[in-house]
Amino acid sequence: MSPLPTTSAAGPRSDPVAAPVGRVRVTPRQVVTDTLVLTRRNLLRNVRLPQLLLFSTVQPVMFLLLFNFVFGGAIGQAIPGDYAYIQWLMPGLVIQVATFGAGQTAIGLTEDLSKGVIDRFRSLPMARAAVLTGRTLADLFRNAAVLTIMLAVGFLIGFRYETNLLGFLAGVALALAFGYALSWVMATIGMLVRNPEAAQSAVFLPVFPLVFASSVFLPTQTMPDWLRVFADNQPITVIANALRGLMLGDAALLAGQDTAGQVLESLAWIVGITLLFGGLATRAYRRAVS
Amino acid sequence: MPPPSPAATPAPAEGSVTRPAVVRVRDLVRTFGEVRALDGVSLDVQPGIVYGLLGPNGAGKTTLIRVLATLLRPQSGSAEVAGVDVLADPTTARTRIGLAGQFAAVDEYLTGRENVAMVGRLYGLSPAEARRRTQDVLERIHLTDAADRQVGTYSGGMRRRLDLAASLVGRPQVMFLDEPTTGIDPRSRMDLWELIEDLVEAGTTVLLTTQYLEEADRLAQRIAVIDQGRIVSEGTADELKDALGGAVLEVAVGEDDRAAATEVLERVGGDPVTRDPARGRLRIPARDGSQTLLAAVRALDDAGVRTSDIALHRPSLDDVFLAVTGKPVEPTPAANAEVDVEDPDATASRAARRGRRPSRRSRG
Ligand SMILES: Nc1ncnc2c1ncn2[C@@H]1O[C@H](COP(=O)(O)OP(=O)(O)OP(=O)(O)O)[C@@H](O)[C@H]1O
Ligand SMILES: [Mg+2]
Repeated sequence: MSPLPTTSAAGPRSDPVAAPVGRVRVTPRQVVTDTLVLTRRNLLRNVRLPQLLLFSTVQPVMFLLLFNFVFGGAIGQAIPGDYAYIQWLMPGLVIQVATFGAGQTAIGLTEDLSKGVIDRFRSLPMARAAVLTGRTLADLFRNAAVLTIMLAVGFLIGFRYETNLLGFLAGVALALAFGYALSWVMATIGMLVRNPEAAQSAVFLPVFPLVFASSVFLPTQTMPDWLRVFADNQPITVIANALRGLMLGDAALLAGQDTAGQVLESLAWIVGITLLFGGLATRAYRRAVS
Repeated sequence: MPPPSPAATPAPAEGSVTRPAVVRVRDLVRTFGEVRALDGVSLDVQPGIVYGLLGPNGAGKTTLIRVLATLLRPQSGSAEVAGVDVLADPTTARTRIGLAGQFAAVDEYLTGRENVAMVGRLYGLSPAEARRRTQDVLERIHLTDAADRQVGTYSGGMRRRLDLAASLVGRPQVMFLDEPTTGIDPRSRMDLWELIEDLVEAGTTVLLTTQYLEEADRLAQRIAVIDQGRIVSEGTADELKDALGGAVLEVAVGEDDRAAATEVLERVGGDPVTRDPARGRLRIPARDGSQTLLAAVRALDDAGVRTSDIALHRPSLDDVFLAVTGKPVEPTPAANAEVDVEDPDATASRAARRGRRPSRRSRG
């Protein structure tokens, strides 16, 4: 057993010699370090409990198979151009997976909150922001893993991008960026409801209408006018369009739309949502914990 | 003077003790809506000791710990830990404290080693230093064998030890432990007690809350009894016991005579009667020792109350607790069940005691 003199010199942030009287401040570098430490921690959970990842992959894969084989024949008629339904569906599902995956942010945060883990973190001289940034970053990686599996299944059942690899990858990146932005929305929701069970249902409230009242599964032309106005202008449709442009080319878009325009509009949504909800989540976090 | 002075005033003046307090709390008030969780708490903790905060459910123990651990801001008052004002400069304060909350906040899917190392990194240690100190800490809490297993496979006692030890990696000057041994088996409790004693020997100051009198008696050099957000008594275990007047009268009566006996004893003793939750005996401070005993025997006899046993005892911390809070310390779940079975009116009489408390306090 080692003596461990508890009052003697300690680490960089607690060393009485290095920081004799002055205030200890959290530096930007610590924000990065602590974010990475917590990202790793959050990701390890998925590695150690592979069922988690498995089940979050099963659902999108099921969506993919069901929509393609059950509805594909009928829906295929309504698809603009000569696209096979799988071609149209895949970019939409990519954005759907990223959207659903973001819900995990709320669930993970509320679990930490209810288990007292966040109390432990806040009693440490770490960067406060890292609790949220470490969580959202981990969920970004997690989303990427789920998406990879789903895309692999997509390729197996016949999906092929029609532009080039770069366009395809840019599309995936755009979807992940949108998922990241949504993670901040979900973090805000999580900090407002605080309880993991409530978070489970609360996250689907915004997600379901946004995903279904969009061009993810179907073109919007057949919707009633009032719904169509909403569907055409909400971010998920914009991003689904951008993804189709990037993966399939301008031909997959409606008349008057082009890929560059849709991508720019998507980026505006992503940046706007991240900034707005980054701020709101941080505020809600401060409130939830004191 | 009524029992243990309702010491809302801070512990002994700094002049009488040579070392400055490592935790200084003054007039902390924290309310949650109508509830005054902290209602003007002041205390001083000298370095190098275990300081026990003893109180029933809802007394405000966790709230006080949360304020000191920079998790919660009070509405008013001040708090200083290791020379740092926790309200003005929480980040610096965090470098000097460690916290183990009421529920073990360890990650089940990480190994014990990963848990401790992560906390080390969050204290700002380099990866190598965190690794090195993690090994030290694991050795110290005798967890090296299980160190590379996921915490999900640990027993409750092991988790508690790990939770407590995780903060040690940052070598805090003050450790806050919120009910460190609640809900673990007696054997693990002993292990934790030893660990806490080791800690203090190595120079850490420990502020712990507990509902177990035995724990406060065994570990704490000083004890504050907290109830309804106020410190109602403060001192060493002996001081608290002495303040009761040196002795406690304990009377065993049959179910039928209980009400009459209670009435008689309160008239004779001048304090509310409390009931030993485990055995159902009536207890009351005996301020005048054997004189109180004699008076009680006579009065009980006059009232026609039959006693099966009557005796004087040196007070236990239990008695202190009962006297200052008017209710027994939270019994263990097992003891609780026992009381309910043999004593269906326990709840009612506890409620009755509660009702009397305000008048007691105003006398003090
Ligand atoms: N976040 C909160 N919101 C509302 N009320 C609260 C909150 N935290 C504590 N309280 C109330 O403040 C009082 C003191 O609570 P606290 O948790 O400090 O008690 P405690 O002594 O730790 O009790 P226990 O032994 O049950 O842990 C209680 O009445 C509690 O209901
Ligand atoms: Mg508590």
